[in-house]
Amino acid sequence: MKHIAIGILGAATLGLMASAASATTLDTVKAKGFIQCGVSTGLAGFSAPDDKGDWQGIDADFCRAVAAAVFGDGTKVKFTPLSAKERFTALQSGEVDILSRNTTWTINRDTALGLNFVGTTYYDGQGFMINAKKLPGVNSALQLSGAAVCVQSGTTTELNLADYFKANKMEYSPVVFEKLEEVNAAYNAGRCDVYTTDQSGLYGIRLTLDSPADHVVLPEIISKEPLGPAVRQGDDQWYHIVKWTYFALLDAEELGITKANVDEMKNSASPEIKRVLGQEADTKIGTDLGVSNDWVVNIVKAVGNYGEMFDRNVGSGSPLKIARGINALWTKGGLQYAPPIR
Amino acid sequence: MASQEVLREETSRSSFFNDPKVRSLFFQTLVVIVLFGSVWWIVQNVIDNLQRLHIASGFGFLNGRAGFDISDTPIAYTSDSTYGRAIVVGLINTIIVAAAGVITATIIGFVIGIGRLSQNWLIQKICTVYVEIFRNIPPLLVIFFWYSGVLAVLPAPRDSYHLPLGSFLNQRGFYFPRAVWGEGSWLIFVALIVGIAMAWFVARKARQRQMATGQQFPVLWTSVALIVGLPLLAYVLSGFPLSFDLPKQSTFNLTGGFQVKPEFLSLYLALSCYTAAFIAEIVRAGIRGVSKGQTEAAAALGLRSGSILRLVVVPQAMRIVIPPLTSQYLNLTKNSSLAIAIGYPDLTATAGTVLNQTGQAVEGVLIMMIAYLILSLVTSAVMNVVNARMALVER
Repeated sequence: MKHIAIGILGAATLGLMASAASATTLDTVKAKGFIQCGVSTGLAGFSAPDDKGDWQGIDADFCRAVAAAVFGDGTKVKFTPLSAKERFTALQSGEVDILSRNTTWTINRDTALGLNFVGTTYYDGQGFMINAKKLPGVNSALQLSGAAVCVQSGTTTELNLADYFKANKMEYSPVVFEKLEEVNAAYNAGRCDVYTTDQSGLYGIRLTLDSPADHVVLPEIISKEPLGPAVRQGDDQWYHIVKWTYFALLDAEELGITKANVDEMKNSASPEIKRVLGQEADTKIGTDLGVSNDWVVNIVKAVGNYGEMFDRNVGSGSPLKIARGINALWTKGGLQYAPPIR
Repeated sequence: MASQEVLREETSRSSFFNDPKVRSLFFQTLVVIVLFGSVWWIVQNVIDNLQRLHIASGFGFLNGRAGFDISDTPIAYTSDSTYGRAIVVGLINTIIVAAAGVITATIIGFVIGIGRLSQNWLIQKICTVYVEIFRNIPPLLVIFFWYSGVLAVLPAPRDSYHLPLGSFLNQRGFYFPRAVWGEGSWLIFVALIVGIAMAWFVARKARQRQMATGQQFPVLWTSVALIVGLPLLAYVLSGFPLSFDLPKQSTFNLTGGFQVKPEFLSLYLALSCYTAAFIAEIVRAGIRGVSKGQTEAAAALGLRSGSILRLVVVPQAMRIVIPPLTSQYLNLTKNSSLAIAIGYPDLTATAGTVLNQTGQAVEGVLIMMIAYLILSLVTSAVMNVVNARMALVER
């Protein structure tokens, strides 16, 4: 029901929003004193509340990084949990300032939906998970013909699933829910044989099941799922701030700037590091962007660099233990590459 | 003289403004202008904002390829079908669950409502407890009760309950044999229609005869014989063209047969049980609304208690019952949108998915609102016809 409420709210907001009074997002954010960040309703490693109710995960930390860049304080974020169906309307209608919710970047979303994706914070692909104990002998997605498949509605996953089964001339019966928790509960209860979503998500969800060891993720990856944050179209300044926050996280990792050494690094002999950290004389890099000149220092102090963020939330420092793989920096054979800050 | 003239002129002018007709015309025009003005302003603003935010608009998206699958498809639908067809599939699913729910809720409601007025202490108390439980729980909880509390605890497909007549019950739903109509089976349908028509004719003739002569005729048994016997005869004559497709165990699920999914079952049962509690109260009020003198007069004529209820009380109670019953039918139809919580692909769910895949929230919500509006208007139009036929015909 909530998505209808948001739909109507979105429609109403679009109707009542006075088009003349369109202040920039940066001004609105500064005036209210925090960033409203759209996250998932709970996906381990990306955005999920911990036992104290604080949001943890790469997506949540990304919003903190933007808050650090804008306010110099990574805590000035408020999180809005959104279902897959609610997310775009919430961003379009201005209910959230950033959508950082394991959302796949597609051309349709960049054009027809009026969004701007800022980059790919996590390169993912869609996979399948089954209960190996109940289904011995199934070790490939191509053996899944006739299965009941649990999937979340309103996602690219739902579309890829239909395409994959059609392309391989297999049949399936979809079991579709709106909320992630509902899909998890249905799979856990055995309503469906197969769970499909992004592979990173499958590893996170497996931990929450009754007996994680019984479940295996099948080897096939059936799609490209570049996940990243998005903002509304029509505000280039805000788009640049969010985009360069992402690049700053990558550049910091590439230059070896970490949460622990960022203050020492300010006095580094390297002109590049000094420039990135805003220590160059008469620098205007930060102010041109619309933030303070020590924005990168603030970002790294708040959440660390990209690598630290990855390890803490989904990598070796987390229960998920996902390898960096294609999410490693380009210097280490991965795909993460950022333009220079200069 | 002069002052008198001035006075008259003033009274006539002020009377023009005080004229009730002129006033009401003026204020009605004002309200219409304000109403249309604000609607126009909102619509204009929506269009402006959509353009400013670079969001696509218009209804052209309905012809696009949907690309997603739907679990319950009463009409042919694949992921290659259009968004428009996906919405139609959802609408039909809503109509199916609403129609099934209305019928069941009415039956349960009448039984419980009459049961509450029973002389039998136990029946009366059981019916009271039913009403008090179901009307005091939100419908969403009733749906979850059936979905998570009853159907989800059933065994996995491998260990299905075997029911009589080759049907199975497990957590994936209720499976029963599907009839496969062979060649020549049209004869059976024709026989069925002929049987029903003949039964109706017999009932009419019997009533006319009873009115004229007072003699009764065993209408019930004749009708049963006609409606069951004729198709059976046709079945034998056409050489047993009917076979059954039985559900069988396969790798993942039971295949074959006809499957009623737990999403549909729990929504249907929940809506029926929930609305039945309200209908029971309406029926009780209707029966109570018929004066006791009517029952006593009928008893004095020598009618038995069943006949009193059927011939005297219920026809009069229906006049009181039907208007509030219409509201309950509308409530049930609208409550069916709670289907989204358990993943039954009704109108709200499929239109919501379309809304999300295309990002066209304004159009999506508009389509949903219009569809529910039309559905409700049709329901109340039908019920108004029924009401008009039941209403007291005064001379």
